[in-house]
Amino acid sequence: MTLELGLNQQPAHLRQGSSIGQPLTRRDGFLKVTGAARYAADNHPPGMLYAVLAVSSIARGRVASLDIEAAKAHKGVVEVMTPRNRPALAMDPDAKDHPFMFRLDLLQNDEVRYPNQSIAVVIAETLEAATEGAVLLSPRYEELPARVGLDDAESFVPRGVGVGNPAVQHKGDVEAGLKSARTRIEATYETPAQYHNAMEPHAIVAAWDGDRLSIDTPSQGLAMAQGRIAGLFGIAPQNIHIRSPFLGGGFGSKGMISGPQVLGVLAARLVGRPVKLVLRREQMYGPVGHRAPTRQTLRMGMDGQGRLTAIDHHAKTASSTFDDFFEPAADASHTLYASPAIATSHEAVRLDTGTPLFMRAPGEATGSIALESAIDEAAHACGMDPLEFRLRNYAEVEPMTGKPFSSKALRECYSQAAKAFGWASRPLQPRLMRDADGFLTGWGVGTATFPALMFQAEARAVLRADGSGLMETGAQDMGQGAWTAFAQIAADGLGLDIDQVDFRAGSSDLPNAGIAGGSGHTATAGMAIHNAGAAVVAKLADLATENKASPLFGAGNEGVVARGGRLYRRDDENRSESYAEILTRAGLTEVEGRGKGAPDPASQETYAKHAHGAVFAEVKVDPDFGQIRVTRMVGAFAAGRVINPRLVRSQYYGGMIWGVSFALHEEAVTDRRSGRIQNANLAEYHVPVNADVPSVEALLVHEDDPHINALGIKGVGEIGVTGTAGAVANAVWHATGVRPRRFPIRIEDLLA
Amino acid sequence: MTSLPITLTINGHRHELEVDPRVTLLDLLRERLDLTGTKKGCDRGQCGACTVLVDGKRINSCLALAVSHDGADVMTIEGVANGEELHPVQAAFIAHDGFQCGFCTPGQIMSTLGLIAEGQAGDDPERIREGLSGNICRCAAYGGIVEAVLEAQEQLAKADRRTAA
Repeated sequence: MTLELGLNQQPAHLRQGSSIGQPLTRRDGFLKVTGAARYAADNHPPGMLYAVLAVSSIARGRVASLDIEAAKAHKGVVEVMTPRNRPALAMDPDAKDHPFMFRLDLLQNDEVRYPNQSIAVVIAETLEAATEGAVLLSPRYEELPARVGLDDAESFVPRGVGVGNPAVQHKGDVEAGLKSARTRIEATYETPAQYHNAMEPHAIVAAWDGDRLSIDTPSQGLAMAQGRIAGLFGIAPQNIHIRSPFLGGGFGSKGMISGPQVLGVLAARLVGRPVKLVLRREQMYGPVGHRAPTRQTLRMGMDGQGRLTAIDHHAKTASSTFDDFFEPAADASHTLYASPAIATSHEAVRLDTGTPLFMRAPGEATGSIALESAIDEAAHACGMDPLEFRLRNYAEVEPMTGKPFSSKALRECYSQAAKAFGWASRPLQPRLMRDADGFLTGWGVGTATFPALMFQAEARAVLRADGSGLMETGAQDMGQGAWTAFAQIAADGLGLDIDQVDFRAGSSDLPNAGIAGGSGHTATAGMAIHNAGAAVVAKLADLATENKASPLFGAGNEGVVARGGRLYRRDDENRSESYAEILTRAGLTEVEGRGKGAPDPASQETYAKHAHGAVFAEVKVDPDFGQIRVTRMVGAFAAGRVINPRLVRSQYYGGMIWGVSFALHEEAVTDRRSGRIQNANLAEYHVPVNADVPSVEALLVHEDDPHINALGIKGVGEIGVTGTAGAVANAVWHATGVRPRRFPIRIEDLLA
Repeated sequence: MTSLPITLTINGHRHELEVDPRVTLLDLLRERLDLTGTKKGCDRGQCGACTVLVDGKRINSCLALAVSHDGADVMTIEGVANGEELHPVQAAFIAHDGFQCGFCTPGQIMSTLGLIAEGQAGDDPERIREGLSGNICRCAAYGGIVEAVLEAQEQLAKADRRTAA
């Protein structure tokens, strides 16, 4: 609980004795284990009606008819919203002011452009009546042939991929590098469409009061959602209050407000009463984003010592027919392995699906499983141990840009995880290990990496005359632990014990905390909190050091330390004064400070900033039936300063399970004839259940980063997916001798 | 739809209700009785977020029509703690970080209570994992959940021994 003022050149993470770094349990834990945590769909304002979506059962065409009369005749149905009576909007939902304003389906016409697109909303007194009313609409369609696969449409080079990266990049001469190589590999890998499937379906409870709008809905970006809705309805953002204290998972699917959420607002407008609209699970396979499929081809060349001479990574992916999001899969090859020549390129097709969006490690996850598989193939081609090969090609500077890393403890990750796993006794050749039951056993490794991003955030801090403190920021907790980690940063920033800090978040009427995404929320909002704390303590210090009655008089900001609710003279710890005494003498009930979090442009220019990790996996494969089980995983990650090791370990652990899921479980299957998703439910779209999960160990590797931000924080939310998926695939090869080239890995691919 | 009269005891409180026969036990709890701790993740018995105890046995309340449980004794997540005092299973979920977003947590905890009552899993982590595999956690807090179940069982056994002594 120490804050040393005026020492901004000394990174805060070098200080001792703080809430930061403590493995506190979740501050929202009690609410969550008692059922008292109120998620969006748990709200029920007086007079509320239920809205249920009717969605398209075709992938492409138009709605020819809806039996609105039958639906309205059903007891309890109040209204049916279709393109004919949907309230007017101030903005065309197909308009796009900037690349990250995504087009929404808000009943603007009768066109169907993907399966599970909203085609009507039934509003009723009860959920049961609305549900039955939606069935009674019995839609008829004029159907057109659906385009469903990566080969079903003409490909093109997108203008940008991911968040606006160039689709084609290179350094050096890849063809010359390949030509000069002693050994070469070329391989193509396919990854499927995946859906976020947060446990909480997207939900909204919307209530209008004149031109003021009150909303309960899960959001990873409150201010962005507020701005988007304001634009669509032509009202001031401050007239919209969004509450999102808890998200039942997001994983990227709640980053941008989705069409169905806005339809809930429109329904409330139409009927003039509060409305609750909750997506059914199957309705989440379309309008709320997904991870696009990819087909990636990697070519690598190696010299006689196993050093890479060239990496060429090409990715084909897909977007919707009406909007642009291109999974930046090939960019995974920019940062990990040293090579004199690197080329990355993307092409895309347009399919009759909802628009793909950010899904946990977008681009990094898809790119990583292909890159890590190819690196494994390259190591084998050179006759080298795959860990030794990765170390031989260790990047001392960022390969694509030549920039130094702000910090990179990847070597320590490799060595700590390899030791904990027992990698040293691994035979080089595949298919040599069996367990006592005769199962083929294999060990694989993958390197994890994720950029250390920061966005923009603001926070407001208050110190009160009763000795307590308040920290406010509109941050979002989707399970990563924002309620706890930010309160820890706030306590240190205010120089208070955490129990004396009132921390408020999850509401759009608080300072804009930016987006909980890109693994950048803790760094960004954390820095806003840190700076707000410093600002309010500086004001308090002025009050004391400028007043002759204070024992701190004359000390100046440079000579004061904030700790445990008191300011101390740095040169004489016997001279101190409590916050309460300072404020009371000044006749103030409280003092306020504000702070911002943002990336430092100078260090952005100078340094490459990434978190790193190494993941080792063991699989066992039934030699007769090809069934695959992951039995053991060890990951070690270095991601700057750790605010709360208990929560960070859970993030890595969960991310690693997502990696297993990527390698072995997840795939949305589209019917080629109808274009419909055949497994739009949680039984047939496979995600890991408890019995699928092996023994997992996540090691936290110490890493000081003096350049990233004053708190030294990188980010931990997504990196666990990367590296892991490749490690599992490589372990399957090591067990069986069969190289997986499409994911999820299928039994039939191992038996072929 | 003609409503039907039923009686349910929920968390020890008796409720006499007139219920539309289409209403599931889950929607009855959530939308009519303001017991929103029980969650709806899939509405077709695939995710387990809606798990409650009916006459001591764990069920998916989304697959149960309320009228088919006339006279039943129902326990939901709201009935597990004793005021501010958490049940050992709840406390263990917090201590072992057996959740992240918390949306599946009420179902995980009710399923754990059911599993312990069934007495089949013992202290074998494999059998616990199997026995809780009807409850999906997309955040994948599975390791913490298994640790929490093991510790809670130990606490409960200790408490039993104290009672017996």
